Amino acid sequence: MPRISAKFAELRKSRQSALVAYVMAGFPSNKATRAAVSGMVRGGADIIELGFPFSDPLADGPVIQNASRYSLQKGENTRRFFEMVRKIRRETDIPLVLMTYSNILHRMGYSRFISEAADAGIDGFILPDMPVEEAAEYKRAARGRAETIFLTSPNTSKSRIKSIAGASGGFLYLVAVYGTTGAKTGIKEYTIRAIKDVKRQTSMPVGVGFGVSAPADVRRYVRAGADAVIVGSAYMRIIEETPHERIESRIASFTRRLKKETIHAGSS
Amino acid sequence: MRYPKNGRFGAFGGRYIPETLVPAVEELEENYQKYKDDKEFKDELDYYLKVYAGRPTPLYYAKNLTEKIGGARIYLKREDLLHGGAHKINNTLGQALLAKRMKKKRVIAETGAGQHGVATAMACAALGIRTEVYMGYKDTIRQRLNVFRMNMLGSEVHPVMSGSRTLKDAINEAIRDWITNVKTTYYLLGSAVGPHPYPVMVRDFQSVIGREIKSQMKKINKTTDVAVACVGGGSNAIGTFYPLAGTNTEMIGVEAAGLGLRTGRHSATLSAGSRGILHGMMTYLLQDGEGQIAQTHSISAGLDYPGVGPEHAHYKETGRVKYHSATDAEVLDAFLLLTRTEGIIPALESAHAVAEAAKVAKRSKKSENVVVTLSGRGDKDVEQVRRLLDAKN
Repeated sequence: MPRISAKFAELRKSRQSALVAYVMAGFPSNKATRAAVSGMVRGGADIIELGFPFSDPLADGPVIQNASRYSLQKGENTRRFFEMVRKIRRETDIPLVLMTYSNILHRMGYSRFISEAADAGIDGFILPDMPVEEAAEYKRAARGRAETIFLTSPNTSKSRIKSIAGASGGFLYLVAVYGTTGAKTGIKEYTIRAIKDVKRQTSMPVGVGFGVSAPADVRRYVRAGADAVIVGSAYMRIIEETPHERIESRIASFTRRLKKETIHAGSS
Repeated sequence: MRYPKNGRFGAFGGRYIPETLVPAVEELEENYQKYKDDKEFKDELDYYLKVYAGRPTPLYYAKNLTEKIGGARIYLKREDLLHGGAHKINNTLGQALLAKRMKKKRVIAETGAGQHGVATAMACAALGIRTEVYMGYKDTIRQRLNVFRMNMLGSEVHPVMSGSRTLKDAINEAIRDWITNVKTTYYLLGSAVGPHPYPVMVRDFQSVIGREIKSQMKKINKTTDVAVACVGGGSNAIGTFYPLAGTNTEMIGVEAAGLGLRTGRHSATLSAGSRGILHGMMTYLLQDGEGQIAQTHSISAGLDYPGVGPEHAHYKETGRVKYHSATDAEVLDAFLLLTRTEGIIPALESAHAVAEAAKVAKRSKKSENVVVTLSGRGDKDVEQVRRLLDAKN
């Protein structure tokens, strides 16, 4: 079974939801990214989401925009990135998903990019500017090599949710709020409703992300039925303000606090 | 290809957008489909184009320029005479009327040089809609006067501090705003770029330029042998070319070669770019080998953009339109040439087309006719031109 699906199967048995921990590669260095990933693994994250920087990240808020720009200025590129993924993969078997923008894959060629990424150890892709209608070539290239994780939004129609779920593998990504990553809108009723609506349309695990930053957010979404919660900008804020040698331990302790909230009430 | 259903012009176009925007562009497409052939809508738009914007614009035979060059006859399509000083108002009136029918209370727009921002602010002031405009911080400094104009017209201007702080980043920020306020907000895009249906819709609203050229040339019993227009995102050019595409007219789009195509400091996307995905569309882009979008340069802020409308990318691949480029230096010469020979000060954007037209006219027969779309007037550029001339002397 592919790593992501195996992880969700395992978590279902132990009555937990998944904590997906996001980090932008190369911010402020690939060494820092590796330290953060180690901390996430140590703290109990279930899936790691690696961001690869793009010059024009239009679904991202200021925190991840800054991290992208900095990472690119420091010379992050696909060769370095795949090298880092290989190193991470040697140390852990945790599922790794890659979030970036369509043009990065398109430029190298979907097929070549996906096979290089998969060879390095990437299990799935999240492309926020790739709706299912445009995804034929991308999906073909990923078949048998990696999961294509598509996004759905609180304003997505029921019939569309079905087709998005049908195109997705691993899990379905529910964008929690109207806004960009790191949005500080707080928890909205419409998000809670959307989790329930999406769960009714598909049996695929549903992950909730965008604006999820605190243990209390994680708890609320897990209680509403989220099979996974994705925390990104909050991690990047910690990395931003922490000296290198303390990144791993601070990330680990933050991860522990988040992870605790993913354990379903009543489970031992 | 009157209305490409899947939003594709050959391999280009499409809709590469975050899921949150899918219902919004679908709603927009539905409404556009509904109103584009609606008699009442068309009458209202025609009314505003005529009595508010000043259409039809004249087609002017540039006799002095023609004689100076000594080749084909040069005609100027005077979009510079429109209200606001540029062709942008053709599109903003159309879209603002649509936004009003869609009962949107808030309009957002991006702007580079500020011409689209001003045209949006004007149309929305006339129609009573609240507007906010995103403008790269660099451009707010370069085009301070336009920021003030927008403010006076009642529009809030948000300087964009992210990325390269120019037009491309203003579009990113406008899209982020749209994602955040998707239910209440209409995004009034200013060029023939972005996700479907924007490239089609902007083309249709700008096609009044080419339609008028056709009928005005017919009226004086002339054939349009060559049509020339500048291309950044490409809205005045697609408006010129689309209605002429079915004729024998040779068509030339002129991109900004900046300091020269070999210097890497230019905005000549079709001449020097490659296929890619940005701002919701598959098109030609200036990008590096990794797919990161390049920094662009042009003497004119309005052409300073690393992408181009997808229909132009298609016209390039089919060969129906030729895409050339003019350097900053050639543009400055053309700017002064037109100003001195005809007493018409063109926008630096439009001066790219004038530079190419002069070359084409020179090697053409005197019996042939070259029509240049003069997309805007150059008042906004006078200060910059003075600085450039001072630096030269």
